[in-house]
Amino acid sequence: MSAINFAPPENMEVVYERPESLAETHTHYCPGCTHGVSHRLLAEAFDELGLREKAILVASVGCSVFSYKYFDVDSCEAAHGRAPAMATGLKRVNPDAAVVTYQGDGDLASIGIAEVIHAATRGENITVIFINNAIYGMTGGQMAPTSLPGQKTNSSPFGRNVEMTGYPMRVTELLSQLDGTAYAVRRSLHDAKNIRKAKKAVLTALQTQMAGLGFSIVEMLSSCPTNWGMTPEEALDWVESEMIPYYPLGDYKVADSVANLDGGKRR
Amino acid sequence: MAKEMLKGNVAIAEAALRAGLEAYFGYPITPQTELLEHLSKRMIELDRVFLQAESEVAAVNMVYGAASAGVRVMSSSSSPGVSLMQEGLSYIAGSEVPTVLVDIMRGGPGLGNILPSQGDYFQVTRSAGHGDYRPIVLAPASVQEAIDFTVMAFDLAEKYRHIVIVAADGQIGQMMEPAELPPMREVRKERPDWALTGAEGRDPNVITSIYLKGEEMEAFNLKIQEKLSEIRRSEPRWYEFQTEDLDMLVVGFGTAGRIAYTAVEMARERGMKVGLLRPQTLWPFPEERLSQLADEIESVLVVEMNAGQMLEDVRLAVGGQIPVGFYGRMGGVVPMPDEILEAIEGHYNRLTVRTVRT
Repeated sequence: MSAINFAPPENMEVVYERPESLAETHTHYCPGCTHGVSHRLLAEAFDELGLREKAILVASVGCSVFSYKYFDVDSCEAAHGRAPAMATGLKRVNPDAAVVTYQGDGDLASIGIAEVIHAATRGENITVIFINNAIYGMTGGQMAPTSLPGQKTNSSPFGRNVEMTGYPMRVTELLSQLDGTAYAVRRSLHDAKNIRKAKKAVLTALQTQMAGLGFSIVEMLSSCPTNWGMTPEEALDWVESEMIPYYPLGDYKVADSVANLDGGKRR
Repeated sequence: MAKEMLKGNVAIAEAALRAGLEAYFGYPITPQTELLEHLSKRMIELDRVFLQAESEVAAVNMVYGAASAGVRVMSSSSSPGVSLMQEGLSYIAGSEVPTVLVDIMRGGPGLGNILPSQGDYFQVTRSAGHGDYRPIVLAPASVQEAIDFTVMAFDLAEKYRHIVIVAADGQIGQMMEPAELPPMREVRKERPDWALTGAEGRDPNVITSIYLKGEEMEAFNLKIQEKLSEIRRSEPRWYEFQTEDLDMLVVGFGTAGRIAYTAVEMARERGMKVGLLRPQTLWPFPEERLSQLADEIESVLVVEMNAGQMLEDVRLAVGGQIPVGFYGRMGGVVPMPDEILEAIEGHYNRLTVRTVRT
C-alpha cells in the first residue's frame, strides 16, 4: 500500500489551508465560538508578515487559556490580567520579537485594566488582541465589565443593573486617549466582510509593533453562543444588533506614523 | 578590589549589575528604594533594561516575562510589595524560570512602618505564593554578605531554575559599612534552549504553569519536590561562632543574628558556655547542623526581630530534645546587645537550675 497523498489533484488549486503559524491540532472551543476565527486571523497575519519565527504569544486566563497550544510559535501563559506586564518583560529583552497578548474582556478590562493601561501609556511595543464577548466564558457565563445593560448572565440573573454594577467599559476608546497608543481599533467577527476588516487591522497592528511605533490594540466583538444561551447564528445576530450599537466599530486612534506605514498604503 | 563604604541597598544593586543583570523591573518602596534608584542610572548607562513598573503586581509579571526569555532578571521590594508579588512568584515557580527577588523587610502587618524587621520570614520561606514549593531564601547579616549572596542568588536561580529571594531587613538595606564589590561579569550572550525568543529555526518553546489533568499536575509537583529535595541536601548555609564546648546555642539570622554575635561574645566573657548559629539560608534551613548541635547541648535560645517565626523551624530541627527559648522584638525595634545578653543570661540560668535539680 502506498502512503496517502494529501497533495491536491493536478487540476485543482489550493485556496484554503491551515496557516503555518497555527498548530495542527483540535481546539477546545465550543461550536460557534469566534475564537477559532480570531486565532486564524492572527496566525494568517504572522504568516503574511513573515513573523512566525519572531512571534511570542502571551496567552491569558479565560477561554483562550490554551491558545498557546493552538499557535505554532513561542508562547506562554500569563496570570489573570497580567499578560501586558508579562509581554512587557518579554519585549524589553527581545526587542526584535513580535510580542502579542491575546486577552478576553474579563482578563483585560476587569482584573487586568491597570496592566493594559500602563502598557499603552508607556507606548509599549506590543500588540493586544482583545476579544470582547461581553461575558466571562471560562468560568461559565458571569457578568463582565463589558456586559451590556440589562444583559442576563449567571451573576446578573435579573439583567445587568447599571445602577448597582456600573456601566460597560469601552476599552478601545479609553486606551485611544493615551499618548503611547499608536493604533486602537474595534472590529467585529459577526460576518465575512467584518472578519476581513479585522484581519487588516491585525496586520496593521503587527506592522505598528514591528516598526516600533508604539502600543497597538485590536478589539474584536465576538460571540459566545454557549454562555449567551443562543445558537451560533443567533449569537452572531446579537453581536450585530446589540453589541455594535454599544460598541461602535471604527478606528479610535491611528497615529500619523501608523497612517504613513508603507508610504501611506497600509494594508 | 578594595573595600569601600557602601550602603546596603546600593551594594546589592551594584552587585546584581556586576553579576550580569540584564533586566530589572521594580516599584519604589521604602526602605528598598535606593536599590531601584541606583539601577535606574546604572542599567541605562550600560544599555540594559530598567523599567519602573506601575505596581509590584506588574513588576513581578514583567520579571516573569523576562525570565521566560532566559535573561538574568530581578526585582526588589519591601514587605507590603512582596505581598503583592505572591501571585507572580507562584506562576514563576510553576514555570521554573530563574528569578531573583530582593526583600528589604520592614515592620508590619499592614502598612506598618519603614523600620527594620524580620516579619516576612513566614512569607518568604513557606512558599511566597500559592501551591507547593519554597523559594531559596538567603539572609545576609552585613553589607558584604548582601553583595556575596546577591551574586550567588543568580547562580542558584539558574542552577535550579527556581526563585531565589535575598531577604534582608531594613537595617542591612539602609546602613553603610566597608565592603568589597565583585568584578564586573560579562552579560551572557546565549539564551537557554527553553527560552522564549521567537522560534527561529527550532520548534516553538512554551512556558506555562497550567496542567489541567490531576496526574500531570501531580507529576510536575513531584518533579519540583525532587528539585527542592536536592536543594535541601546541597544548599544549606550557616555561620557558626563559639560552638565548641557548648551548653547553650543562640540561633538568629540577619541583623538579629549579628547583634546576637556581640551578645554571645559578652556571655562568653562572663563564663557562660554559649555559641551562635546564624542561618545564612532560611530555606533550606540548616536543620541537620542544628539537630547535630542539639544532641550535644542543653538548650537553645532563638533571637529574631519578629514574634517568633524561625522559632518554628528551630523547634522542628531540635525535635523536642531540649528546651527552646525565644527573645524577639517587633514593629521595627532593633534589639541591643545587652538586651539579648539579658535574655541569654535568663535562659542560661534557668538551664543551670534545671541541670542542678536533675
